[in-house]
Amino acid sequence: MTDFVALVRIISNSTKTTEKLEALSHYFAHADERDKPWVLALFTGRRPKRTVNAAQLKNWCIQLTGLAPWLFEECYHTVGDLAETIALLLPAPSIQADPRPLHYWLDLLSQLEKADEAVKQQFVLQAWDQMDSAEKFVFNKLITGGFRIGVSQRMMVNALSKTYTIPAPTISHLISGEWNPRTITLETLLHAEEGQAPVSRPYPFFLAYPLETAPEALGQPSEWQAEWKWDGIRGQLIKRAGQLFVWSRGEELLTEKFPEFAPLASALPDGTVIDGEILTWQNDAPLPFAALQTRIGRKNVTKKQLQEAPVVLLSYDLLEWQGQDLRQQPLTLRRAALVTLVETLSLPILRLSPLIKFNDWDQLTAYREDARNNGSEGLMLKRAGSTYQVGRKRGDWWKWKIAPFQIDAVMIYAQKGHGRRSNLYTDYTFAVKDGDKLVPFAKAYSGLTDKEINEVDRWVKTHAVEKFGPVRTVKAEQVFEIAFEGIAASNRHKSGIALRFPRILRWRKDKPVDEINTLDDLKQLLAQYRS
Amino acid sequence: MLQFTDKGIYCPAGDFYIDPWLPVERAVITHAHSDHARWGSRKYLCQEYSVPLLKLRLGADLQVQGLPYGESVYFNSVQVSFHPAGHMIGSAQVRIALAGEVWVVSGDYKVEHDGLSTPFEPVTCHTFITESTFGLPIYRWQPQTTVFAGIQQWIQDNQAAGKASVLSAYSLGKAQRLLYNLRHVTGRFLVHGAIAITEQVVRDAGWPLPAVERITPQTPKEAFANAVIICPPSAVGSSWMRRFTPYSLGVCSGWMQVRGNMRRRNADAGFVLSDHADWEGLLQAVKATGAQRVYVTHGFSSVFARYLTEQGGLDAAEIKTAFGDEEEDTGNEPDTNHTVAGNGA
Repeated sequence: MTDFVALVRIISNSTKTTEKLEALSHYFAHADERDKPWVLALFTGRRPKRTVNAAQLKNWCIQLTGLAPWLFEECYHTVGDLAETIALLLPAPSIQADPRPLHYWLDLLSQLEKADEAVKQQFVLQAWDQMDSAEKFVFNKLITGGFRIGVSQRMMVNALSKTYTIPAPTISHLISGEWNPRTITLETLLHAEEGQAPVSRPYPFFLAYPLETAPEALGQPSEWQAEWKWDGIRGQLIKRAGQLFVWSRGEELLTEKFPEFAPLASALPDGTVIDGEILTWQNDAPLPFAALQTRIGRKNVTKKQLQEAPVVLLSYDLLEWQGQDLRQQPLTLRRAALVTLVETLSLPILRLSPLIKFNDWDQLTAYREDARNNGSEGLMLKRAGSTYQVGRKRGDWWKWKIAPFQIDAVMIYAQKGHGRRSNLYTDYTFAVKDGDKLVPFAKAYSGLTDKEINEVDRWVKTHAVEKFGPVRTVKAEQVFEIAFEGIAASNRHKSGIALRFPRILRWRKDKPVDEINTLDDLKQLLAQYRS
Repeated sequence: MLQFTDKGIYCPAGDFYIDPWLPVERAVITHAHSDHARWGSRKYLCQEYSVPLLKLRLGADLQVQGLPYGESVYFNSVQVSFHPAGHMIGSAQVRIALAGEVWVVSGDYKVEHDGLSTPFEPVTCHTFITESTFGLPIYRWQPQTTVFAGIQQWIQDNQAAGKASVLSAYSLGKAQRLLYNLRHVTGRFLVHGAIAITEQVVRDAGWPLPAVERITPQTPKEAFANAVIICPPSAVGSSWMRRFTPYSLGVCSGWMQVRGNMRRRNADAGFVLSDHADWEGLLQAVKATGAQRVYVTHGFSSVFARYLTEQGGLDAAEIKTAFGDEEEDTGNEPDTNHTVAGNGA
């Protein structure tokens, strides 16, 4: 595992893309063949099944070190990463063992699935006792998962492209979908003959950049196709060899989560791939995102959920038809084929994302202003002649979102952050006024500059009035402008509302606390935009 | 014996303050860092090695008296003496005794000998006031020989790759520690103005530091090739650094123990090197005093006080002070003009 530990160290320390890319392609050129697919899997979010959980790791560490649980928690909240906290707390190794390759540990970990807790504990303790701190960190990360150390999908693709001299879009496609790092080699994965590809393999998604200029800069309106920008789960629906597959943009297979789509397995012909948005939908309109959230992250869907939050696919694009890859065809042709398909089938679960007809940019601008009333978050602009490209590209597809909602609120709680924000108070809870009281309504983590974060951190450290575990109650003095994309009623929140994508827009040092917004202001927004 | 006031730690019987953060009549100073030695008091008393450093920081006409380690002065009947804290040159714990009762104020300290500062000595007392900058068990230091071997290796790797090695270290304390311990690694150090000025004062006082070359706008770019360069943290990320390209940036601080802190600094390498005690060092120091009562100042003060109470059976409490604003104390980037001001950089 030595070379992998070194790779993780370089990547997590480096701030330069070229350096990370160099380290990755060097790794892929020299590493153990059986380790390579694992590294590709780990860095593209294909986490191996968890056989030991985080709570077990934590307990074993507490037992071994004899630390009081509260002291462990203090350490964890300061470090902001469980795997790292444990690696820092454990004693130095006492066993001299030969270094083992990465796949050795991953294989043994996977075999623990059905083992007794005592067996798992013995294995982990023995592993810890032969690793230095850097190795322990990586080993713990293999268990807790989520190798978020600054490697993007695009970087992985570029590194492989460099090592194997295959164009990046091809790599993107070859590594998408389902494959098992235990049984496959990179050679097989990257040199699959036509026809040998797994039938479930999705195409890489084409993503839009935000439009930051006036639309006039795009040229003639007639060259553009406009649609609403829907706020659901971007998905790809595949029917091949008699089977149906539903993929999320994060390349998660969602087929089982959305049984509504099952009839499409027989309705769609083989060799069909549709790009679209999965949305909860009722009475010809989308439900708030909160409804879709009840469907995500659950293993089994209940009848009640199916009734209360039924999903549909709002189709955007047709990527494959009769087994032919259509991505190099112009959008107008793909759209025409999509319309024919959806209209012929005429199924309630498969809908078209309607086009917005417009003659000039002013007219479209007016439509955009009205987006929220359509349950959407803005517009999508796609060049009529555009091909379906790979990844986020400028030029042909743009998202043109409406300006977010804004509320002035006061910070009331603060908590330390994670990753590069370790040991800094960066996670804040905000409140609005309700008469004399303050009601918390949103948490936000992002939007401030590093310099502002340092300043707020210092302020929190000197103005904390109370302590609840890792949470500090602060004097309600600092006012911030909070932006968010959507608002919905919620009985899970004290304020009665749930926000979509709340973040900090700016720190309003000039604003006194008695001028912040009220709970009534939020309720009015809710009444106005309730779907 | 001592009171915690809004001006600082006060001894009513002797009518003096220790490291006051507001101007007072008489200030007893543990060491020359700016969060402990503040401007504006009328008379200063410190350990004798601190005198030139205090004058550097607070002005040449400062009314300051120096005292050797272990010697006493009396204010009324209160006995005051300085004892090595090992934090930096001249850093001291202040021992205060009156009618058989002894209190010790630690200031900042580390228990490992850094080669340059007078090594830490435990002082027996009834009440100990300790810092807690690194008061969590995740902070455990390697011996400095190991850390310096790592820095040496990194410098050699950089030189092999044709890069300059830029080390960021606080200009007073850490920078001298680096210069002293790396004196055999290279014959030539290029330094930022803030560090050159401090180095001059320390060398004039007779400390065995290697010579340095101050970087000026006239320094030719060729001088930076493969060089070892030391700069204060405030210079990191500034346009001043661009002249060293290609270079690798190494940050020397206890905060480098945690990956997130290192990523935040945009450092290419982090060296866990601190002038504060680690968790074990703090525990060892507290124990060695034999004190039954412990007040914990800046750092992870509530955690450390709770630990000493629950696990150590001591009477321990957290004290709010204005200490801990220096770069190493907060783990954050200092404001640019905060560190460099007063150093003439």
